[in-house]
Amino acid sequence: MLDQLLAALNETERAAVDEEEYNILRAVVDELLTFSRDISQLIPILQEIQGKHGYLPRLALDMVADHVQTTISKVYGIATFYNQFRFNPPGRNPIKVCLGTACHVKGGEILLENFERRLQIKEGETSDDREYSLERVACIGCCALAPAVVVGEKVEAYVTPSKVEGVITEIEVRKEMAAREQVRNEESQ
Amino acid sequence: MSDNLITITVDEQKIKALAGAFLLPVCLENDIYIPNLCFLKGMDDPPASCRLCMVEIAGEDEPVASCRCRISEGMEVKTNSDEILRLRQLAFRLLVSTNDGSCRTCIANHGCELQKIAKFLHQPLRTKRLRHIDRDYPKFINTHPFLIYEPKKCVLCGRCVHVCGQLEKGYKLDFAQRGMDSIVSLFGSDLDPASQDCETCLACTEVCPVGALSSKVKWQSFTAEIEAKAKK
Repeated sequence: MLDQLLAALNETERAAVDEEEYNILRAVVDELLTFSRDISQLIPILQEIQGKHGYLPRLALDMVADHVQTTISKVYGIATFYNQFRFNPPGRNPIKVCLGTACHVKGGEILLENFERRLQIKEGETSDDREYSLERVACIGCCALAPAVVVGEKVEAYVTPSKVEGVITEIEVRKEMAAREQVRNEESQ
Repeated sequence: MSDNLITITVDEQKIKALAGAFLLPVCLENDIYIPNLCFLKGMDDPPASCRLCMVEIAGEDEPVASCRCRISEGMEVKTNSDEILRLRQLAFRLLVSTNDGSCRTCIANHGCELQKIAKFLHQPLRTKRLRHIDRDYPKFINTHPFLIYEPKKCVLCGRCVHVCGQLEKGYKLDFAQRGMDSIVSLFGSDLDPASQDCETCLACTEVCPVGALSSKVKWQSFTAEIEAKAKK
């Protein structure tokens, strides 16, 4: 099934399937076998794939459609209906902009726009270097800190558009420090 | 029995029709026009999503969608009261509030059902009474080898999804996303070998009440024509 799908791709598309994605797809083949071929299993299957691999690769949707004997457009339609499914691999620094009621009132939308502009990606996407991914979430439970943004596991409170650059810089600095640390460790060894 | 002829009254006009038929097609066949977008003849389960075909029926508390209403003996229907007109106008304004209304450069111009309904309901195609929402989509999506889809013209009636689902290897297109972001998606068609059948089928483009789905060949020659005209 997987080989068939890969054969149907043209060259540029096949080149876009990197080793990581290929391994995921291989694993999905086995995971699918644990589910019955009934359409009612569609959402549990999608949840399983996303839970294990963090996202739903394009070709995995094809395999799922084949498994539950429906069409790819139906699977896509159902998967896009729910916020919980994503189609891009999550970035190393997932940024979640809260758009719950309080954050919305305090201008969360503007923050989201600022992040989109700064990172050159849209909401739900991942930057090309897989460093950042941007998401909107509905309330993270700290409305008193609105507008809030979650970077990785850390909550940034009272974020303003001018703080967006600072949030990104902080991540970059931390990344740079980790890289230098590593170099130093290697040298000392 | 279902082949019994019964009599109903629509706007003081007596109509004989088969018992158990839907009201909307019966009216249309008898030259009583009721605006509609999502209904197609032969549907078993009309979605009743456009809300343009509302009518008043004597004995009912609320207006009903005629496309889903089965006729019964002695039914008295009103399709042209002021209340009904207002209700339909509101439904229409909601529809066009997300529509780009670029009729002059649209492939469906003059044959568009939205234009026809606008005329019938005395409503402009660009409503001023509701805030216009420009949906965040490109002007057209052309990932499909033979079809081109213009999300900003789409009224999401679902006719194309219905006819495609009727086909043997159906549902090449289906709704995707949710709420204001809903579109008809041709997802997967770029890789699916079955989408080769679309070249000769084009059933979805024929039922599209507006110019949102069209055959690529037709669309290309049409845009070339428009561009040539613009240059003159």
